[in-house]
Parts: sequence; C-alpha cells; structure tokens
Amino acid sequence: MLSAIGVSSLDDLFADIPATVRATRFEVPPPLTEQEVRAELARLADRNALPRISFLGAGAYRHLVPSVVGEVIGRSEFSTSYTPYQPEVSQGTLQSIYEFQSLICELTGMEVATASHYDGATATAEAALMACRLTRRDRIAISSAVNPQVRRVVETYCSGPGIEVVVVPADLAAGGSGLTGPDVAGGILDAGFACLVAQQPNFFGGIEPMRELAEAAHAVGAQFVAVVEPTSLALLQAPGEYGADIVAAEGQPLGIPLSYGGPYVGLMAARMESVRQMPGRLVGATSDAKGRRGYVLTLQAREQHIRREKAASNICTNQALCALAAATYLTAVGPAGLREVAELSVTQARHLAAAIEAAGLGERRFSAAYFAEVAIQLPDAARRHAELARQGIVGGYLIERDYPELRDTLLLAATELTRDEEIDAFVAALRATR
Amino acid sequence: MLPDDLRYSREHEWVRVDGLQATIGITGFAADELGDIVFVELPEVGSRLTQFATFGVVESVKAVSDLYSPISGVVSEVNQALRESPELLNSDPFAAGWIARVAMADVAELDALLDSRSYAELTAG
Repeated sequence: MLSAIGVSSLDDLFADIPATVRATRFEVPPPLTEQEVRAELARLADRNALPRISFLGAGAYRHLVPSVVGEVIGRSEFSTSYTPYQPEVSQGTLQSIYEFQSLICELTGMEVATASHYDGATATAEAALMACRLTRRDRIAISSAVNPQVRRVVETYCSGPGIEVVVVPADLAAGGSGLTGPDVAGGILDAGFACLVAQQPNFFGGIEPMRELAEAAHAVGAQFVAVVEPTSLALLQAPGEYGADIVAAEGQPLGIPLSYGGPYVGLMAARMESVRQMPGRLVGATSDAKGRRGYVLTLQAREQHIRREKAASNICTNQALCALAAATYLTAVGPAGLREVAELSVTQARHLAAAIEAAGLGERRFSAAYFAEVAIQLPDAARRHAELARQGIVGGYLIERDYPELRDTLLLAATELTRDEEIDAFVAALRATR
Repeated sequence: MLPDDLRYSREHEWVRVDGLQATIGITGFAADELGDIVFVELPEVGSRLTQFATFGVVESVKAVSDLYSPISGVVSEVNQALRESPELLNSDPFAAGWIARVAMADVAELDALLDSRSYAELTAG
C-alpha cells in the first residue's frame, strides 16, 4: 500500500510534523487477551452502584424502553452511518430524521422541528439565542422554576454574545404555589427583552400558567420559549396551543435510557415564519428529477459550514441515533401508549405523595397542582437522603443543592415503572431514618 | 445592457438617484454569478445604512452572499415582492428586482462609485 501511494516507509507519512514535536515513546500497557480485557471491563463496571429503588427525576426520568427501540437503532445501517450530506446515498437516514421532526411537530403542536440537538439544556439555550436574533434584543428572562442545570447552560451560552439573563423569581415560599406568577413576570418584562423562558411541568413538578406567561411575553413584543417534558404532552396542552413561539425539550424520556447522564437528545420546534433563525440541522421533503419523493438537508445556509461566523449557531450536527430512538419509541407506544405512560406517572406520583403524608413523614412543599414529580418537605432531609442511598434507595433529588432557601425538601418523581411495593418500601425505609 | 443612468459599486450593487432619494439593487452580473436566487434578507424600513457596510443577505442554491450598501442613508421602503419572488433578482435585477429605497445621507458618496463604463470594464475580465 505504501508503494501504491508513492512513499517508501510509514515514517514518510509524518514528514510534515517537525521532529522536535514527534513522540518517540508511548506508555501503553502490554496487550491483553480477550478474556483478560473482558475481566478488566467487568471489574470496572461492577463499580457502578445501581439503586434498588429510585425516585430520582429532576430532568431525566426512568421509563420503560420497548425492545423494538434497541432493535431499530442497533441496525448497522443506522448505527454506523454518518451525516447525510449526500442525499443520493442517505435517503433512509434522511427519511428517519424527517419522520422524527414530524413526530415532534405533532407532539408540540408547532410547525417545524429541527433534527435534534445535544440535549434539552443546549436546545433551551439555542432557543433563547434564537429569540434574541428574531427580536434583535439582548436581554432574556427565565423563571427560577426552570431546571437549574438548564439555566446554567443558558447563562453560559448567553455570556459570549453579551446577552443579559434576568431571573424571574417563582413563588417558592413555604406553602406558596411553587409556580411562576404572570404578574411577577409582567413586572419584570419590558421592550428590551427578547423572550421569557418557562418550563412545563416546572422543575418542582408544578403545572405552570403557560398561556398567561405567553401573554405577558407577547405584551412587550417578546417571544415565549416553552421548555417542556415530552411525555407530559400526552396529557397537558401542547405549547403550540397556548402561544409558545419556540419550544425546547429534553427528549430522554422518549425511549432513551438514563445512562448516568447521557447521551440524551434535545428537541426544538417553532413556527415556520421563524425557520431561518432556527439553529442546527433541518431535513426537508422534496421531489427528485423524476418526480419521486425524496429527503434532503435543507436551509443549510443558516449553518456554520456555509455561513461561518454569520451562521445562526455553531451547531451543525444532531443526535441522530438518539433521535431515531425517540421516533421509534413514539411510533411503538403511539398516542394511546404515551397517554398511558403519562397517566400512570401522574397516578403513582399522587400515590407516593399520599403515602408519605398518610404516614406523617412529610408534606407537600407547594400548593399548586403537580404532574409526575412533587416536592416533599421533611425534617433532616439531607441526612436521611444519604442514609437511604446507603441502602440502595435514591430518595429523589435534594433540592437545597440548587435552592439553598429550600432546605429539607426532596423532589420525588414517579413514572409508569414505579411499583406500589417500591412506594411501600420507601415509606418504611424513610420512617426508619427518623 | 448595463443601464447608463446608474452608479455601480465594486461589490456589484447599483444605485439609481432621484434627487435625494436613491434606489439600490444588485447587478445582473452578481445575479448570474450567484445562480438561482431563493431568498433575500431585506433591511428593515427605518434602518440606517452605511456606504460599503453590509445591509442584507442574498441566498442562492449554491451560495450565501452579504449585500454591501453602495450609499449611506435611511431605508424608506423595501421591495416586498422579493419575499415571494426572490427570482426577480435574476430575471430583472435593474428594475423589478430593486431591493430598497434609501433617503441619501451624502450625495458626495456617489463619487466613490463607478459609472457604467468602468463597471463594464471591471466585470469584463
């Protein structure tokens, strides 16, 4: 092969690298047999601590992944294919992304969806920047009831372009609603704001007054960015119906395992009139020279490999395999199945809260209606959370890690996988830590 | 082919002057180089343009190009027809494909532009 390309030795291929910066030694351990490698990887994997029971949510949720999802994304045509820049050889990939985009539009009630982003946090940050481009304003307002990790990512994205992030304080007083007040938002918003960002359900599981918050944003000519939990859309009103201009979401609950934090997938959707300011990849449907339906990457002039520093965003990729998992999940469960998932999650969350309150172990921190996650106040929560963890029980999320004023509060999530026996075991273990 | 009554910039934009009002657009040469134009990002009415600074974007099937204003002034009108029919820039760049009307800030700026003969020479090579 060396002679075929006209060089005499392997070293000739590195001739352009100065000798002073070339490595001469590599500290690599000796080779192992396949058995030895397997044993070493198993030893490392055994260090993972898997909980027996978990009520942890706070942005990523434990849902059943139907086995068809693994079958579809495991196909080598999907799992090994690269970016579909050449439509003539990528119709399968492009069609699957187009169908994913279509499903997200159906779910959110919006007109156009992107091919996906890294995760919900970056999708939210991109949505805020998109609002700034659309309105030509440089301040954004974001509710304190939006997931704190998402808010930190939004702040990071806004710091480069010098966009000011103003936090709208939710009603987090003890016994308060736990929601974002439209009047409070209205008092903060003015014509200098590009958008108001609110989450539904919010970080505490509360069901926000999204329509009124949208109105508060529109009253000052700002965009309303709705950050939504996708399975909740089977029961709650779609953002397109309550006046959201841009929708962002974490797609993990749709057939993607928790995997200790990733890979996940960001969803973004908007109205067609804003499509040229949407970041990232878009697949469109068209017809070829023979009039047959085909799919292509479209509107690429927004992306950085064409527009460079004038692109809508630096992002020009997507999470194709995770997006395919989400599309497969939605197709497998269907609208009725997704509704079942949501209803069971909501039911089990109420069962959980009721069991804790009936046992006199704690009470709901906020008064507003909640979806499938609830903030429970109980004495000495941090110590008891740690004791439960040692027993293999994850007692939700310790809220004071992000909200120092909310001491002694656990954020507990339930899903269709939460069994009654798990709730009983949790209550018993919680009682024992008093 | 090149209208005589216009002034031209090296970035292939033209200006038609009518008193203190100017109409600006891109030349047929530019439109030909770009290919089929599919989108024009128009400036906002009321926005202030600076001579030789970017004021919009034109997108064709193969490229995206910034538009550089040939003169300074305030935009008084934009050609709404270009929203639905960007191809007017290809078919009629010097008339129906006009981009914006501008209230000129400084007539002397026209001295920095080319006449039709100089522009023809520029694009001949």
